[in-house]
Amino acid sequence: MSERIVELEVLRFNPETDTEPRFQRYSVPCMNEWVVLDALNHVKESIDPTLSYRWSCHMAVCGSCGMMINGEPKLACKAFLREYEGVIRVEPLAHFPIQRDLVTVIDDFVTKLKRVKPYLIPKEDQPVEAGEFRQSPAELKRYKQYTLCINCMLCYAACPEYGLVPKFIGPAAISLAHRYNEDSRDGGREERQQEIASNEGVWECSFVGACSEVCPEHVDPAGALQQIKIKSTVDWYKEHAMPWSKK
Amino acid sequence: MSANGKPYVREVSRYGWFLGNPRYRRYMAREVTCVFIGLHALILLVALKRLSEGREAWEAFLHNLTGPAGIVLQLVILAFAIYHSTSWFNVTPKAMPVQIGEQFLPGAVIIGAHYAAWLVATVAVLYLAGAF
Repeated sequence: MSERIVELEVLRFNPETDTEPRFQRYSVPCMNEWVVLDALNHVKESIDPTLSYRWSCHMAVCGSCGMMINGEPKLACKAFLREYEGVIRVEPLAHFPIQRDLVTVIDDFVTKLKRVKPYLIPKEDQPVEAGEFRQSPAELKRYKQYTLCINCMLCYAACPEYGLVPKFIGPAAISLAHRYNEDSRDGGREERQQEIASNEGVWECSFVGACSEVCPEHVDPAGALQQIKIKSTVDWYKEHAMPWSKK
Repeated sequence: MSANGKPYVREVSRYGWFLGNPRYRRYMAREVTCVFIGLHALILLVALKRLSEGREAWEAFLHNLTGPAGIVLQLVILAFAIYHSTSWFNVTPKAMPVQIGEQFLPGAVIIGAHYAAWLVATVAVLYLAGAF
């Protein structure tokens, strides 16, 4: 195992004492197979215990350690140091207010996630005795990729629309709405449409596609949003041009 | 913002936000090149107007269009129109995934279908224009 000194430039902000964030440089002795999160943990344990950041699983499952690494939204636990040369600049996720150091305020995302009702709303109530809601492998395949979202918010940090128009519900929340809309067991599309087929929903998206490019789980939020646009447009034509047809 | 215990909000530049990131510059290139599609539509409109004004106006218009400046303008428009159209073709699988059974049709097939349709439309237009 080889070791090298990695220069980390970390954005620091203490709301009690700082008027604005500033960069702090750390020289960190790192193993070649370490990820940025390992380097931050080393800083916290051995160099500067005041550094604040979120993390939990260290295996790209919990979605806690999203941050900007050299300007790119990344999971710190999935960003291998060997892939970087020179000084590595670490900043909190873009487009979110900074709570402290690398910790951001994520209330906006959580509120939006609730708005889109990301859970199964059965078409009709069914007693437990009636058995399970059955689903074919093809029906599962239809939405499965969207279930892989870990709510890490990298897509929000990559989305320039969200940065410019914060009311935009955004990629992950809308993709999760799409995940349930596409589920054969679900009957909640009408309720979700009120949120996602609005100006704050898919129509704020201009299809930059950055969300899908940065997703660490290879979900395709950009695809979900475009598909919702097409379906919502079909809805509109059915309602206005063919009022006799049922949606 | 002062040191008041409140979170710090980083402002996003309203005009320069796309300059620092190649991903955003590619997006802007796709969007901005639509201007050249509009320019071509404008030339077609002018052509219709000249046509309605009689033979002399039409021939003067054709003369301008086939002169060096006209040819250069059309080549520039063609280059940007191709860039604009192909950049949209390449993202169509996202908007129109085709599921057959448990599999999704590969994106290349959906993109290829768009190129094929483009080729057919081009040949049809050239045929109608008497090129063959």
